Amino acid sequence: MIEQYIPIFMVMVFAIIFGLGVIFASKIFGPNRPNKFKLMPYESGKDPVGDARERMSIKYYLVAMLFIIFDIEVIFVYPWGVEFKKLFADFGILAFTPMLVFLIVLELGFLYIYVKGGLKWD
Amino acid sequence: MMLNSSELMQIIPFLVLGTGIVISLLIEMYSSKSDAILPWLTIALLIYVAVHSINEVGSNDLLFGGMLAVGGKSSIFNFLFAVGGALVSLGAIDYIKKYGANFGEFYVLVQSSILGMMFMSGARDILVVFLGLELMSICFYVLVGINRKKINANEASMKYFLLGAFATGFIVYGVALVFGTAQTMRIGEILVNFSSLSGNILFMTGFILLIVGFAFKIAAFPFHMWVPDVYTGSSTAVTGLMSTGGKAAAFSVLLVLLGAVFTQEIENTFMPLFAGLAVLSMLYGSIVAIAQNNLKRMLAYSSISHAGYMLIGLAAGNLESVTGIMFYLVIYVFMNIGAFGIIAIIEGPNDDRVDLNSYAGLHQKNPVLALFMALFMLALAGLPPLAGFFGKYYVFIAAIESDLTWLAIVGVFSSVISVYFYLRVIVYMYFKESEVDFNVNISPTGLMTVVICGLLLIVYGLFPGSLLGLIASVVN
Repeated sequence: MIEQYIPIFMVMVFAIIFGLGVIFASKIFGPNRPNKFKLMPYESGKDPVGDARERMSIKYYLVAMLFIIFDIEVIFVYPWGVEFKKLFADFGILAFTPMLVFLIVLELGFLYIYVKGGLKWD
Repeated sequence: MMLNSSELMQIIPFLVLGTGIVISLLIEMYSSKSDAILPWLTIALLIYVAVHSINEVGSNDLLFGGMLAVGGKSSIFNFLFAVGGALVSLGAIDYIKKYGANFGEFYVLVQSSILGMMFMSGARDILVVFLGLELMSICFYVLVGINRKKINANEASMKYFLLGAFATGFIVYGVALVFGTAQTMRIGEILVNFSSLSGNILFMTGFILLIVGFAFKIAAFPFHMWVPDVYTGSSTAVTGLMSTGGKAAAFSVLLVLLGAVFTQEIENTFMPLFAGLAVLSMLYGSIVAIAQNNLKRMLAYSSISHAGYMLIGLAAGNLESVTGIMFYLVIYVFMNIGAFGIIAIIEGPNDDRVDLNSYAGLHQKNPVLALFMALFMLALAGLPPLAGFFGKYYVFIAAIESDLTWLAIVGVFSSVISVYFYLRVIVYMYFKESEVDFNVNISPTGLMTVVICGLLLIVYGLFPGSLLGLIASVVN
Protein backbone atom coordinates (compact mmCIF):
# COMPACT_ATOMS: atom_id res chain seq x y z
CA MET A 1 0.00 0.00 0.00
CA ILE A 2 2.56 2.53 1.14
CA GLU A 3 4.92 1.59 -1.73
CA GLN A 4 2.49 3.18 -4.17
CA TYR A 5 3.29 6.56 -2.73
CA ILE A 6 7.06 6.35 -3.22
CA PRO A 7 6.95 8.42 -6.45
CA ILE A 8 5.07 11.20 -4.65
CA PHE A 9 7.63 11.07 -1.88
CA MET A 10 10.42 11.29 -4.47
CA VAL A 11 8.75 14.33 -6.07
CA MET A 12 8.59 16.01 -2.66
CA VAL A 13 12.26 15.26 -1.98
CA PHE A 14 13.30 16.57 -5.38
CA ALA A 15 11.16 19.67 -4.93
CA ILE A 16 12.86 20.45 -1.63
CA ILE A 17 16.34 19.77 -3.05
CA PHE A 18 15.61 21.87 -6.12
CA GLY A 19 14.12 24.77 -4.15
CA LEU A 20 16.97 24.93 -1.66
CA GLY A 21 19.52 24.33 -4.42
CA VAL A 22 18.34 27.32 -6.46
CA ILE A 23 18.40 29.63 -3.45
CA PHE A 24 21.90 28.63 -2.37
CA ALA A 25 23.28 28.48 -5.91
CA SER A 26 22.30 32.11 -6.51
CA LYS A 27 23.78 33.06 -3.13
CA ILE A 28 27.07 31.32 -3.96
CA PHE A 29 27.53 32.10 -7.65
CA GLY A 30 25.58 35.35 -8.15
CA PRO A 31 27.02 38.84 -7.75
CA ASN A 32 26.02 40.50 -4.47
CA ARG A 33 25.26 44.21 -4.86
CA PRO A 34 22.41 44.99 -2.46
CA ASN A 35 20.41 48.21 -2.49
CA LYS A 36 17.30 49.42 -0.67
CA PHE A 37 14.79 48.04 -3.15
CA LYS A 38 16.47 44.69 -3.58
CA LEU A 39 16.38 44.12 0.18
CA MET A 40 12.68 44.88 0.47
CA PRO A 41 10.39 41.86 0.95
CA TYR A 42 8.97 40.86 -2.43
CA GLU A 43 5.22 41.43 -2.77
CA SER A 44 4.34 41.19 -6.45
CA GLY A 45 6.06 44.49 -7.21
CA LYS A 46 3.99 46.48 -4.72
CA ASP A 47 5.04 48.36 -1.63
CA PRO A 48 4.82 45.73 1.13
CA VAL A 49 4.01 48.28 3.86
CA GLY A 50 0.93 50.48 3.77
CA ASP A 51 -2.82 50.35 3.20
CA ALA A 52 -4.01 47.24 1.40
CA ARG A 53 -7.04 49.06 0.01
CA GLU A 54 -5.33 50.54 -2.93
CA ARG A 55 -6.85 51.17 -6.35
CA MET A 56 -5.46 48.92 -9.01
CA SER A 57 -5.91 49.11 -12.74
CA ILE A 58 -8.68 46.77 -13.84
CA LYS A 59 -6.43 45.60 -16.66
CA TYR A 60 -4.51 43.37 -14.25
CA TYR A 61 -7.71 41.43 -13.61
CA LEU A 62 -8.32 41.21 -17.34
CA VAL A 63 -4.87 39.75 -17.88
CA ALA A 64 -5.46 37.26 -15.08
CA MET A 65 -8.73 36.17 -16.66
CA LEU A 66 -7.21 35.85 -20.12
CA PHE A 67 -4.46 33.73 -18.63
CA ILE A 68 -7.08 31.22 -17.48
CA ILE A 69 -8.09 30.48 -21.08
CA PHE A 70 -4.58 29.49 -22.08
CA ASP A 71 -3.95 27.80 -18.76
CA ILE A 72 -6.97 25.54 -19.11
CA GLU A 73 -6.09 24.82 -22.71
CA VAL A 74 -2.66 23.55 -21.71
CA ILE A 75 -3.96 21.54 -18.76
CA PHE A 76 -6.31 19.57 -20.98
CA VAL A 77 -4.24 19.35 -24.14
CA TYR A 78 -1.07 18.02 -22.49
CA PRO A 79 -2.45 14.75 -21.12
CA TRP A 80 -4.30 14.20 -24.39
CA GLY A 81 -1.09 14.74 -26.33
CA VAL A 82 0.87 12.40 -24.07
CA GLU A 83 -1.66 9.62 -24.55
CA PHE A 84 -2.29 10.40 -28.20
CA LYS A 85 -0.49 7.38 -29.68
CA LYS A 86 -2.59 5.00 -27.63
CA LEU A 87 -5.78 6.95 -28.37
CA PHE A 88 -5.02 6.98 -32.08
CA ALA A 89 -4.37 3.25 -32.10
CA ASP A 90 -7.68 2.59 -30.34
CA PHE A 91 -10.02 5.04 -32.01
CA GLY A 92 -8.29 6.15 -35.22
CA ILE A 93 -9.25 9.55 -36.52
CA LEU A 94 -12.07 9.78 -33.92
CA ALA A 95 -9.43 10.50 -31.30
CA PHE A 96 -9.32 14.03 -32.65
CA THR A 97 -13.00 14.89 -32.30
CA PRO A 98 -13.37 15.49 -28.55
CA MET A 99 -10.29 17.69 -28.46
CA LEU A 100 -11.39 19.49 -31.62
CA VAL A 101 -14.79 20.32 -30.08
CA PHE A 102 -13.11 21.44 -26.89
CA LEU A 103 -10.62 23.65 -28.72
CA ILE A 104 -13.28 25.22 -30.97
CA VAL A 105 -15.36 26.23 -27.94
CA LEU A 106 -12.29 27.50 -26.14
CA GLU A 107 -10.95 29.48 -29.09
CA LEU A 108 -14.40 31.01 -29.60
CA GLY A 109 -13.99 32.45 -26.14
CA PHE A 110 -10.65 33.81 -27.22
CA LEU A 111 -12.21 35.24 -30.39
CA TYR A 112 -14.91 36.89 -28.25
CA ILE A 113 -12.24 38.62 -26.17
CA TYR A 114 -10.45 39.77 -29.33
CA VAL A 115 -13.57 41.10 -31.06
CA LYS A 116 -14.76 42.89 -27.92
CA GLY A 117 -11.38 44.62 -27.61
CA GLY A 118 -10.21 42.81 -24.49
CA LEU A 119 -6.66 42.69 -25.82
CA LYS A 120 -6.37 46.43 -26.42
CA TRP A 121 -4.20 47.76 -23.64
CA ASP A 122 -5.08 51.46 -23.98
CA MET B 1 -14.34 5.37 -23.01
CA MET B 2 -15.72 6.88 -26.18
CA LEU B 3 -19.08 8.51 -26.53
CA ASN B 4 -21.55 6.40 -28.40
CA SER B 5 -24.13 8.00 -30.60
CA SER B 6 -27.20 6.70 -28.78
CA GLU B 7 -26.08 8.44 -25.60
CA LEU B 8 -25.51 11.62 -27.57
CA MET B 9 -29.02 11.35 -29.01
CA GLN B 10 -30.44 11.27 -25.49
CA ILE B 11 -28.72 14.45 -24.36
CA ILE B 12 -29.89 16.43 -27.37
CA PRO B 13 -31.44 19.22 -25.22
CA PHE B 14 -28.06 19.76 -23.58
CA LEU B 15 -26.27 19.74 -26.94
CA VAL B 16 -28.80 22.08 -28.56
CA LEU B 17 -28.60 24.56 -25.71
CA GLY B 18 -24.80 24.31 -25.59
CA THR B 19 -24.51 24.92 -29.33
CA GLY B 20 -27.07 27.70 -28.98
CA ILE B 21 -24.84 29.44 -26.43
CA VAL B 22 -21.89 29.32 -28.82
CA ILE B 23 -24.00 30.57 -31.75
CA SER B 24 -25.51 33.32 -29.61
CA LEU B 25 -22.02 34.48 -28.71
CA LEU B 26 -21.07 34.55 -32.41
CA ILE B 27 -24.22 36.54 -33.26
CA GLU B 28 -23.41 38.97 -30.45
CA MET B 29 -19.89 39.41 -31.85
CA TYR B 30 -20.61 39.82 -35.54
CA SER B 31 -24.20 40.92 -36.02
CA SER B 32 -25.33 44.51 -35.66
CA LYS B 33 -28.90 43.31 -35.13
CA SER B 34 -28.00 41.07 -32.22
CA ASP B 35 -30.40 42.72 -29.79
CA ALA B 36 -33.29 41.94 -32.12
CA ILE B 37 -32.23 38.34 -32.79
CA LEU B 38 -30.85 37.08 -29.49
CA PRO B 39 -33.95 37.26 -27.26
CA TRP B 40 -36.04 35.35 -29.77
CA LEU B 41 -33.28 32.82 -30.41
CA THR B 42 -33.04 32.29 -26.65
CA ILE B 43 -36.78 31.84 -26.32
CA ALA B 44 -36.88 29.45 -29.29
CA LEU B 45 -34.02 27.34 -27.87
CA LEU B 46 -35.59 27.19 -24.44
CA ILE B 47 -39.03 26.32 -25.82
CA TYR B 48 -37.40 23.52 -27.80
CA VAL B 49 -35.72 22.25 -24.62
CA ALA B 50 -39.02 22.45 -22.74
CA VAL B 51 -40.97 20.56 -25.41
CA HIS B 52 -38.24 17.95 -25.81
CA SER B 53 -38.03 17.43 -22.04
CA ILE B 54 -41.75 17.01 -21.60
CA ASN B 55 -41.76 14.43 -24.40
CA GLU B 56 -38.94 12.51 -22.72
CA VAL B 57 -40.69 12.24 -19.36
CA GLY B 58 -41.47 8.56 -19.88
CA SER B 59 -37.88 7.48 -20.47
CA ASN B 60 -35.52 6.85 -17.61
CA ASP B 61 -31.88 6.29 -18.43
CA LEU B 62 -28.48 6.66 -16.85
CA LEU B 63 -25.85 7.83 -19.29
CA PHE B 64 -22.06 8.12 -19.33
CA GLY B 65 -21.39 5.41 -16.81
CA GLY B 66 -24.07 6.65 -14.43
CA MET B 67 -23.12 10.31 -14.39
CA LEU B 68 -26.18 11.88 -15.98
CA ALA B 69 -29.84 10.87 -15.82
CA VAL B 70 -32.31 11.76 -18.54
CA GLY B 71 -36.07 11.47 -18.40
CA GLY B 72 -38.18 11.14 -15.30
CA LYS B 73 -37.75 13.75 -12.59
CA SER B 74 -34.94 15.56 -14.35
CA SER B 75 -37.21 16.01 -17.40
CA ILE B 76 -39.81 17.77 -15.29
CA PHE B 77 -37.11 19.98 -13.80
CA ASN B 78 -35.62 20.72 -17.23
CA PHE B 79 -39.09 21.71 -18.41
CA LEU B 80 -39.43 24.02 -15.43
CA PHE B 81 -36.02 25.66 -15.98
CA ALA B 82 -36.57 26.11 -19.72
CA VAL B 83 -40.08 27.56 -19.35
CA GLY B 84 -38.87 29.85 -16.57
CA GLY B 85 -35.91 30.98 -18.67
CA ALA B 86 -38.11 31.59 -21.72
CA LEU B 87 -40.61 33.64 -19.69
CA VAL B 88 -37.81 35.67 -18.12
CA SER B 89 -36.20 36.32 -21.51
CA LEU B 90 -39.56 37.39 -22.94
CA GLY B 91 -40.16 39.80 -20.09
CA ALA B 92 -36.60 41.11 -20.22
CA ILE B 93 -36.62 42.32 -23.83
CA ASP B 94 -37.91 45.81 -23.04
CA TYR B 95 -36.93 45.78 -19.39
CA ILE B 96 -33.17 45.54 -19.88
CA LYS B 97 -33.26 48.41 -22.34
CA LYS B 98 -34.85 50.52 -19.63
CA TYR B 99 -32.41 49.16 -17.06
CA GLY B 100 -29.39 50.00 -19.21
CA ALA B 101 -28.17 46.46 -19.64
CA ASN B 102 -29.10 45.83 -23.23
CA PHE B 103 -26.17 43.54 -23.92
CA GLY B 104 -26.37 40.35 -25.95
CA GLU B 105 -24.38 38.76 -23.14
CA PHE B 106 -27.49 38.96 -20.98
CA TYR B 107 -29.18 36.26 -23.06
CA VAL B 108 -26.00 34.20 -23.40
CA LEU B 109 -25.67 34.18 -19.61
CA VAL B 110 -29.34 33.29 -19.15
CA GLN B 111 -28.88 30.33 -21.50
CA SER B 112 -25.70 29.24 -19.72
CA SER B 113 -27.31 29.41 -16.31
CA ILE B 114 -30.22 27.29 -17.58
CA LEU B 115 -27.72 24.75 -18.94
CA GLY B 116 -26.08 24.67 -15.50
CA MET B 117 -29.45 24.05 -13.84
CA MET B 118 -30.17 21.23 -16.30
CA PHE B 119 -26.86 19.60 -15.38
CA MET B 120 -27.73 19.95 -11.70
CA SER B 121 -31.09 18.26 -12.01
CA GLY B 122 -29.75 15.50 -14.26
CA ALA B 123 -26.56 14.82 -12.33
CA ARG B 124 -26.17 11.47 -10.62
CA ASP B 125 -22.50 12.06 -9.77
CA ILE B 126 -21.46 14.61 -7.18
CA LEU B 127 -18.83 16.10 -9.48
CA VAL B 128 -21.44 16.77 -12.18
CA VAL B 129 -23.69 18.37 -9.54
CA PHE B 130 -20.81 20.64 -8.65
CA LEU B 131 -20.08 21.45 -12.28
CA GLY B 132 -23.70 22.44 -12.92
CA LEU B 133 -23.89 24.39 -9.69
CA GLU B 134 -20.85 26.47 -10.58
CA LEU B 135 -22.03 27.06 -14.15
CA MET B 136 -25.35 28.33 -12.79
CA SER B 137 -23.90 30.37 -9.93
CA ILE B 138 -21.15 32.08 -11.90
CA CYS B 139 -23.68 33.16 -14.54
CA PHE B 140 -25.89 34.53 -11.76
CA TYR B 141 -23.03 36.49 -10.19
CA VAL B 142 -22.45 38.21 -13.51
CA LEU B 143 -26.14 38.66 -14.30
CA VAL B 144 -26.79 40.36 -10.96
CA GLY B 145 -24.15 42.99 -11.67
CA ILE B 146 -24.69 43.21 -15.41
CA ASN B 147 -25.14 46.98 -15.34
CA ARG B 148 -21.83 47.97 -13.82
CA LYS B 149 -22.86 51.64 -13.48
CA LYS B 150 -25.48 50.82 -10.85
CA ILE B 151 -23.98 50.84 -7.38
CA ASN B 152 -26.78 48.76 -5.85
CA ALA B 153 -26.31 46.07 -8.44
CA ASN B 154 -22.55 46.05 -7.85
CA GLU B 155 -23.09 45.66 -4.12
CA ALA B 156 -25.57 42.86 -4.70
CA SER B 157 -23.25 41.09 -7.11
CA MET B 158 -20.31 41.31 -4.71
CA LYS B 159 -22.37 40.07 -1.76
CA TYR B 160 -23.82 37.24 -3.78
CA PHE B 161 -20.40 36.25 -5.05
CA LEU B 162 -18.76 36.24 -1.62
CA LEU B 163 -21.58 34.38 0.12
CA GLY B 164 -22.02 32.06 -2.84
CA ALA B 165 -18.32 31.21 -2.72
CA PHE B 166 -18.72 30.62 1.02
CA ALA B 167 -21.60 28.22 0.37
CA THR B 168 -19.55 26.49 -2.31
CA GLY B 169 -16.86 25.99 0.32
CA PHE B 170 -19.38 24.10 2.48
CA ILE B 171 -20.42 21.99 -0.49
CA VAL B 172 -16.85 21.14 -1.50
CA TYR B 173 -15.91 20.16 2.04
CA GLY B 174 -19.03 18.04 2.23
CA VAL B 175 -18.17 16.39 -1.08
CA ALA B 176 -14.67 15.64 0.20
CA LEU B 177 -15.98 13.97 3.36
CA VAL B 178 -18.67 12.02 1.51
CA PHE B 179 -16.15 10.83 -1.07
CA GLY B 180 -13.65 9.94 1.62
CA THR B 181 -16.12 7.76 3.52
CA ALA B 182 -18.26 6.35 0.71
CA GLN B 183 -15.26 6.05 -1.67
CA THR B 184 -17.42 6.87 -4.66
CA MET B 185 -18.82 9.97 -6.31
CA ARG B 186 -21.84 8.18 -7.80
CA ILE B 187 -24.94 9.22 -5.91
CA GLY B 188 -26.65 5.94 -6.78
CA GLU B 189 -23.91 3.88 -5.10
CA ILE B 190 -23.92 6.17 -2.08
CA LEU B 191 -27.68 5.79 -1.70
CA VAL B 192 -27.53 1.98 -1.95
CA ASN B 193 -25.13 1.90 0.99
CA PHE B 194 -26.83 4.76 2.76
CA SER B 195 -28.03 2.83 5.81
CA SER B 196 -24.60 1.38 6.55
CA LEU B 197 -22.86 4.68 5.83
CA SER B 198 -25.23 6.71 7.98
CA GLY B 199 -23.59 5.28 11.10
CA ASN B 200 -20.33 6.92 10.06
CA ILE B 201 -19.99 10.28 11.76
CA LEU B 202 -17.71 11.66 9.02
CA PHE B 203 -20.17 10.69 6.29
CA MET B 204 -23.03 12.32 8.16
CA THR B 205 -20.95 15.45 8.71
CA GLY B 206 -20.22 15.61 4.99
CA PHE B 207 -23.85 15.04 4.09
CA ILE B 208 -25.05 17.74 6.45
CA LEU B 209 -22.44 20.13 5.02
CA LEU B 210 -23.85 19.40 1.56
CA ILE B 211 -27.36 20.13 2.83
CA VAL B 212 -26.14 23.38 4.42
CA GLY B 213 -24.50 24.43 1.16
CA PHE B 214 -27.69 23.86 -0.79
CA ALA B 215 -29.73 25.55 1.95
CA PHE B 216 -27.76 28.67 1.01
CA LYS B 217 -28.89 28.29 -2.58
CA ILE B 218 -32.56 27.74 -1.73
CA ALA B 219 -32.46 30.71 0.69
CA ALA B 220 -33.51 28.88 3.86
CA PHE B 221 -33.47 30.76 7.16
CA PRO B 222 -30.07 30.76 8.86
CA PHE B 223 -28.43 30.98 5.42
CA HIS B 224 -30.66 33.67 3.96
CA MET B 225 -28.52 36.75 4.68
CA TRP B 226 -27.77 37.46 1.04
CA VAL B 227 -31.34 37.11 -0.21
CA PRO B 228 -32.92 40.52 0.52
CA ASP B 229 -29.97 42.60 -0.67
CA VAL B 230 -29.28 40.53 -3.77
CA TYR B 231 -32.92 40.26 -4.84
CA THR B 232 -33.41 44.00 -4.35
CA GLY B 233 -30.16 45.10 -5.94
CA SER B 234 -30.19 42.99 -9.08
CA SER B 235 -32.31 43.70 -12.11
CA THR B 236 -35.88 42.49 -11.71
CA ALA B 237 -35.71 40.01 -14.59
CA VAL B 238 -32.65 38.33 -13.07
CA THR B 239 -34.33 38.22 -9.67
CA GLY B 240 -37.22 36.38 -11.27
CA LEU B 241 -34.84 33.76 -12.66
CA MET B 242 -32.74 33.43 -9.51
CA SER B 243 -35.68 33.07 -7.16
CA THR B 244 -37.33 30.36 -9.26
CA GLY B 245 -34.78 28.50 -11.37
CA GLY B 246 -31.95 28.69 -8.86
CA LYS B 247 -34.17 27.52 -6.04
CA ALA B 248 -35.63 24.70 -8.12
CA ALA B 249 -32.16 23.54 -9.21
CA ALA B 250 -30.94 23.34 -5.61
CA PHE B 251 -34.10 21.47 -4.61
CA SER B 252 -33.63 19.04 -7.48
CA VAL B 253 -30.20 18.14 -6.09
CA LEU B 254 -31.55 17.79 -2.54
CA LEU B 255 -34.31 15.48 -3.81
CA VAL B 256 -31.70 13.28 -5.49
CA LEU B 257 -29.33 13.29 -2.51
CA LEU B 258 -32.13 12.30 -0.14
CA GLY B 259 -33.35 9.58 -2.51
CA ALA B 260 -32.59 6.87 0.04
CA VAL B 261 -34.90 8.52 2.54
CA PHE B 262 -37.70 8.81 0.00
CA THR B 263 -37.55 5.42 -1.66
CA GLN B 264 -35.94 2.89 0.67
CA GLU B 265 -38.08 3.46 3.73
CA ILE B 266 -34.98 4.46 5.68
CA GLU B 267 -35.73 6.51 8.75
CA ASN B 268 -35.41 10.20 7.92
CA THR B 269 -32.54 11.10 10.24
CA PHE B 270 -32.51 14.60 8.78
CA MET B 271 -36.12 15.24 9.80
CA PRO B 272 -35.29 17.49 12.80
CA LEU B 273 -32.80 19.46 10.66
CA PHE B 274 -35.28 20.08 7.85
CA ALA B 275 -38.18 20.71 10.23
CA GLY B 276 -36.08 23.30 12.06
CA LEU B 277 -35.01 24.99 8.84
CA ALA B 278 -38.61 24.93 7.58
CA VAL B 279 -40.15 26.46 10.71
CA LEU B 280 -37.50 29.17 10.98
CA SER B 281 -37.63 30.05 7.26
CA MET B 282 -41.42 30.21 7.12
CA LEU B 283 -41.88 32.32 10.21
CA TYR B 284 -38.88 34.58 9.64
CA GLY B 285 -39.79 35.22 6.01
CA SER B 286 -43.45 35.88 6.71
CA ILE B 287 -42.91 38.11 9.74
CA VAL B 288 -40.07 40.23 8.35
CA ALA B 289 -41.86 40.70 5.02
CA ILE B 290 -44.61 42.60 6.88
CA ALA B 291 -42.19 45.44 7.58
CA GLN B 292 -41.06 45.88 3.98
CA ASN B 293 -42.18 48.75 1.82
CA ASN B 294 -40.01 47.89 -1.15
CA LEU B 295 -41.91 45.32 -3.17
CA LYS B 296 -38.80 43.50 -4.39
CA ARG B 297 -37.56 43.21 -0.83
CA MET B 298 -40.95 41.97 0.29
CA LEU B 299 -40.89 39.27 -2.37
CA ALA B 300 -37.34 38.35 -1.30
CA TYR B 301 -38.58 37.66 2.23
CA SER B 302 -41.59 35.86 0.82
CA SER B 303 -39.12 33.74 -1.16
CA ILE B 304 -37.47 32.74 2.13
CA SER B 305 -40.80 31.68 3.57
CA HIS B 306 -41.68 29.75 0.40
CA ALA B 307 -38.38 27.88 0.76
CA GLY B 308 -39.65 27.00 4.24
CA TYR B 309 -42.90 25.53 2.88
CA MET B 310 -40.96 23.40 0.43
CA LEU B 311 -38.60 22.25 3.20
CA ILE B 312 -41.64 20.83 5.01
CA GLY B 313 -41.75 18.33 2.17
CA LEU B 314 -38.13 17.31 2.76
CA ALA B 315 -38.83 16.90 6.46
CA ALA B 316 -41.83 14.69 5.66
CA GLY B 317 -39.60 12.52 3.47
CA ASN B 318 -42.14 10.40 1.58
CA LEU B 319 -42.99 10.10 -2.09
CA GLU B 320 -46.07 12.33 -1.79
CA SER B 321 -43.83 15.08 -0.51
CA VAL B 322 -41.53 14.77 -3.55
CA THR B 323 -44.60 15.19 -5.78
CA GLY B 324 -45.73 18.12 -3.64
CA ILE B 325 -42.35 19.88 -3.77
CA MET B 326 -42.03 19.47 -7.53
CA PHE B 327 -45.59 20.70 -8.13
CA TYR B 328 -44.94 23.64 -5.80
CA LEU B 329 -41.71 24.51 -7.64
CA VAL B 330 -43.44 24.50 -11.04
CA ILE B 331 -46.25 26.72 -9.75
CA TYR B 332 -43.77 28.95 -7.94
CA VAL B 333 -42.06 29.65 -11.29
CA PHE B 334 -45.27 31.10 -12.70
CA MET B 335 -46.24 33.00 -9.54
CA ASN B 336 -42.87 34.61 -8.99
CA ILE B 337 -41.88 35.35 -12.59
CA GLY B 338 -45.34 36.86 -13.09
CA ALA B 339 -45.06 39.07 -9.99
CA PHE B 340 -41.53 40.17 -10.90
CA GLY B 341 -42.73 40.73 -14.47
CA ILE B 342 -45.23 43.30 -13.24
CA ILE B 343 -42.60 44.94 -11.03
CA ALA B 344 -40.33 45.08 -14.09
CA ILE B 345 -43.06 46.86 -16.09
CA ILE B 346 -43.77 49.45 -13.41
CA GLU B 347 -40.17 49.97 -12.29
CA GLY B 348 -38.57 53.21 -13.43
CA PRO B 349 -35.16 53.50 -15.07
CA ASN B 350 -33.30 54.40 -11.87
CA ASP B 351 -34.46 51.63 -9.54
CA ASP B 352 -37.40 53.83 -8.55
CA ARG B 353 -41.11 52.99 -8.36
CA VAL B 354 -40.58 49.70 -6.56
CA ASP B 355 -42.12 50.79 -3.27
CA LEU B 356 -45.72 50.16 -2.29
CA ASN B 357 -46.75 53.78 -2.82
CA SER B 358 -46.08 53.44 -6.54
CA TYR B 359 -48.80 50.79 -6.64
CA ALA B 360 -51.41 53.01 -4.99
CA GLY B 361 -54.31 53.50 -7.35
CA LEU B 362 -52.90 51.22 -10.00
CA HIS B 363 -56.45 50.01 -10.56
CA GLN B 364 -57.44 53.38 -12.07
CA LYS B 365 -54.29 53.72 -14.13
CA ASN B 366 -54.15 50.26 -15.53
CA PRO B 367 -56.84 47.78 -14.51
CA VAL B 368 -55.24 44.86 -16.38
CA LEU B 369 -51.92 45.12 -14.56
CA ALA B 370 -53.70 45.58 -11.24
CA LEU B 371 -55.84 42.53 -11.87
CA PHE B 372 -52.86 40.32 -12.66
CA MET B 373 -50.85 41.66 -9.71
CA ALA B 374 -53.77 40.83 -7.46
CA LEU B 375 -53.87 37.36 -9.00
CA PHE B 376 -50.16 36.73 -8.33
CA MET B 377 -50.40 38.07 -4.78
CA LEU B 378 -53.39 35.83 -4.02
CA ALA B 379 -51.60 32.85 -5.57
CA LEU B 380 -48.44 33.53 -3.53
CA ALA B 381 -50.57 33.80 -0.41
CA GLY B 382 -51.98 30.40 -1.29
CA LEU B 383 -55.67 31.18 -1.63
CA PRO B 384 -57.81 28.72 -3.60
CA PRO B 385 -58.71 28.29 -6.44
CA LEU B 386 -55.36 29.56 -7.67
CA ALA B 387 -52.55 27.11 -8.24
CA GLY B 388 -50.51 28.44 -5.31
CA PHE B 389 -53.02 26.84 -2.95
CA PHE B 390 -52.43 23.35 -4.33
CA GLY B 391 -48.67 23.80 -4.12
CA LYS B 392 -48.93 24.30 -0.37
CA TYR B 393 -51.78 21.81 0.06
CA TYR B 394 -49.87 18.78 -1.26
CA VAL B 395 -46.78 19.59 0.82
CA PHE B 396 -48.87 19.94 3.98
CA ILE B 397 -50.76 16.71 3.22
CA ALA B 398 -47.43 14.90 2.85
CA ALA B 399 -46.34 16.27 6.23
CA ILE B 400 -49.54 15.05 7.90
CA GLU B 401 -49.05 11.59 6.40
CA SER B 402 -45.58 11.46 7.98
CA ASP B 403 -47.07 12.33 11.41
CA LEU B 404 -45.74 15.86 11.24
CA THR B 405 -49.09 17.52 11.78
CA TRP B 406 -47.50 20.17 13.99
CA LEU B 407 -45.27 21.20 11.09
CA ALA B 408 -48.27 21.53 8.78
CA ILE B 409 -50.01 23.64 11.42
CA VAL B 410 -46.99 25.95 11.66
CA GLY B 411 -47.07 26.15 7.87
CA VAL B 412 -50.73 27.15 7.80
CA PHE B 413 -50.08 29.66 10.59
CA SER B 414 -47.24 31.19 8.60
CA SER B 415 -49.46 31.34 5.49
CA VAL B 416 -52.03 33.25 7.50
CA ILE B 417 -49.37 35.77 8.53
CA SER B 418 -48.20 36.09 4.94
CA VAL B 419 -51.73 36.91 3.72
CA TYR B 420 -51.36 40.26 5.47
CA PHE B 421 -48.52 41.60 3.36
CA TYR B 422 -49.75 40.07 0.12
CA LEU B 423 -53.21 41.57 0.62
CA ARG B 424 -51.66 44.93 1.53
CA VAL B 425 -50.45 45.25 -2.07
CA ILE B 426 -54.01 44.63 -3.28
CA VAL B 427 -55.38 47.17 -0.81
CA TYR B 428 -52.91 49.75 -2.10
CA MET B 429 -53.83 49.03 -5.72
CA TYR B 430 -57.61 49.10 -5.31
CA PHE B 431 -58.46 51.22 -2.30
CA LYS B 432 -55.87 54.01 -2.27
CA GLU B 433 -55.54 57.10 -4.35
CA SER B 434 -52.41 57.46 -6.40
CA GLU B 435 -49.90 59.80 -4.78
CA VAL B 436 -47.12 59.52 -7.31
CA ASP B 437 -48.02 60.62 -10.78
CA PHE B 438 -46.40 58.68 -13.56
CA ASN B 439 -47.32 56.99 -16.77
CA VAL B 440 -46.58 53.36 -17.17
CA ASN B 441 -45.16 52.38 -20.52
CA ILE B 442 -46.40 48.87 -20.88
CA SER B 443 -44.06 46.78 -22.95
CA PRO B 444 -46.03 44.27 -25.05
CA THR B 445 -43.58 41.43 -24.40
CA GLY B 446 -43.56 42.14 -20.67
CA LEU B 447 -47.34 42.05 -20.63
CA MET B 448 -47.24 38.78 -22.58
CA THR B 449 -45.08 37.20 -19.86
CA VAL B 450 -47.48 38.38 -17.19
CA VAL B 451 -50.55 37.13 -19.06
CA ILE B 452 -49.02 33.70 -19.74
CA CYS B 453 -48.03 33.29 -16.09
CA GLY B 454 -51.44 34.45 -14.87
CA LEU B 455 -53.41 32.19 -17.19
CA LEU B 456 -51.26 29.17 -16.30
CA LEU B 457 -51.86 29.86 -12.61
CA ILE B 458 -55.62 29.84 -13.17
CA VAL B 459 -55.51 26.76 -15.40
CA TYR B 460 -53.32 24.76 -13.00
CA GLY B 461 -55.43 26.03 -10.10
CA LEU B 462 -58.68 24.79 -11.63
CA PHE B 463 -57.24 21.63 -13.18
CA PRO B 464 -54.13 20.62 -11.19
CA GLY B 465 -54.75 16.97 -12.06
CA SER B 466 -52.86 16.77 -15.34
CA LEU B 467 -49.61 18.28 -14.08
CA LEU B 468 -49.89 16.52 -10.74
CA GLY B 469 -50.56 13.18 -12.42
CA LEU B 470 -47.53 13.63 -14.64
CA ILE B 471 -45.27 14.43 -11.69
CA ALA B 472 -46.69 11.61 -9.58
CA SER B 473 -46.15 9.11 -12.40
CA VAL B 474 -42.52 10.21 -12.61
CA VAL B 475 -41.90 10.11 -8.88
CA ASN B 476 -43.35 6.63 -8.39
